[in-house]
Amino acid sequence: MTAPFQPGLGYRLNPDVALRAEPFGALAYHFGTRRLSFLKAPELVELVRGLGCHRCVSDAVAALPDGRRGIYLRALAALAAADVIVPQRDRSEST
Amino acid sequence: MTTSGEPAPIERVPALVEQFKGGLVAPICLTWEWTYACNLSCAHCLSSSGRRDPDELATAEMRSVIDELRAMQVFYVNVGGGEPTVRPDFWELLDYAVANQVGVKFSTNGLRLDAGHAQRLAATDYVDVQVSLDGASRQVNDAVRGHGSYDMALRAMENLAEAGFRNFKISVVMTRHNVPQLDEFAALADRLGAQLRITRLRPSGRGADVWNELHPTGQQQREIYSWLVDHGDRVLTGDSFFHLNALGATPLPGLNLCGAGRVVCLIDPIGDVYACPFAIHEAFKAGTVRAPGGFAEVWRSAPLFARLRTETSGGACRSCSAYDSCQGGCMAAKFFTGLPLDGPDPECVKGLGASALPGLDRGALPRPEKDHSHRGRALPLGMPEVRAPSKPCDSSPLAVTA
Repeated sequence: MTAPFQPGLGYRLNPDVALRAEPFGALAYHFGTRRLSFLKAPELVELVRGLGCHRCVSDAVAALPDGRRGIYLRALAALAAADVIVPQRDRSEST
Repeated sequence: MTTSGEPAPIERVPALVEQFKGGLVAPICLTWEWTYACNLSCAHCLSSSGRRDPDELATAEMRSVIDELRAMQVFYVNVGGGEPTVRPDFWELLDYAVANQVGVKFSTNGLRLDAGHAQRLAATDYVDVQVSLDGASRQVNDAVRGHGSYDMALRAMENLAEAGFRNFKISVVMTRHNVPQLDEFAALADRLGAQLRITRLRPSGRGADVWNELHPTGQQQREIYSWLVDHGDRVLTGDSFFHLNALGATPLPGLNLCGAGRVVCLIDPIGDVYACPFAIHEAFKAGTVRAPGGFAEVWRSAPLFARLRTETSGGACRSCSAYDSCQGGCMAAKFFTGLPLDGPDPECVKGLGASALPGLDRGALPRPEKDHSHRGRALPLGMPEVRAPSKPCDSSPLAVTA
């Protein structure tokens, strides 16, 4: 089971997930669960790709305009629930 | 052939459907048939398989298609045939695909799935197996798929279950004779730790010859829809029943969109690319992987695909209250029954397709192309013993009664 999404923690793209750029953003394929997810905005794709460089999710979304932050946090929560992004502390466990 | 595409489970996001209509950078649901050779002669075979085509892609060509799919980030393919496992290089190609991040779900009648191969498959990541079974009883299955095919499929499935292969698929084409067995199929899947997948019978390939006798009745269509509304969360459908959405307020899970040339396509055993696995006909041929530019060029630039990616008018269906939910149905089903592509599906739940059918000249129907059928092995479909059992225990020692 995936733990609840916590914006105070650092997340990163799951190494089992590949992103494929598409006109609407990207599709994410999880090789473990064989599920597809859709990232419906190019900015979200950028955010997800760069997530691992930030200490926590709140930092990663800090540069976004106020009005958009909530939308992207919800999108990231959904991606965490689908195991597309994972907490950074999993790094040592999964590699 | 034994397969049709199965998109990976998709979160339902309506706005994306509009995006998909314009096509994607690469297919989501690519069916790739590896051979026309088959040990069986199923009456409804979509690809009229039987004999190998001498021009089938050689091992090196298969590998280069896999290389291309990797470069295009096609993350998995639905491999079918024919019976794909009869290719001598089947296991080698399977390993090559998986090693290149191209996951494989292959369809089989069970021919090669002995205990050893089942264990090997259970130990391989990125591989899924789909065993075809068109009756929950020997009689119903073998009437369509041929003598001995039920036992062969069951043996293969038992081997997979014993090897610990969880959630392999039991793939059922719905016919007039097996609709009453839906619960039995589900019970079989539960017993084996498998997942049930039901798909629509198409009038494609040899299916064109038996569609009239085998396709579910109107009443049975409603039964399929209700059953899916009740059980759909655990059952895969390859999105193939979206034409039934007009029956009720509850939409069936899936994209509910004809994905042909947009998110779906077919590569046949000789490398020809078609808009969908149910449309092996010159009218739906987009090109070949053997041409310069390979598969990627066909996917990106084929004029046929460009046409399929532009919004269709809906034609005669546009004024119908159900159009938004059924989208006019299946292009291949219309084509091979002689109905106009912008009109109703032959199984239109409003009866608009069926009422148009009798007026058509059956002799003038487009014939499926590339017939590789075994000569002189037609199944005696419709023999008196082919009947749906009235009780599950009439026919199947495996039946589980509630």
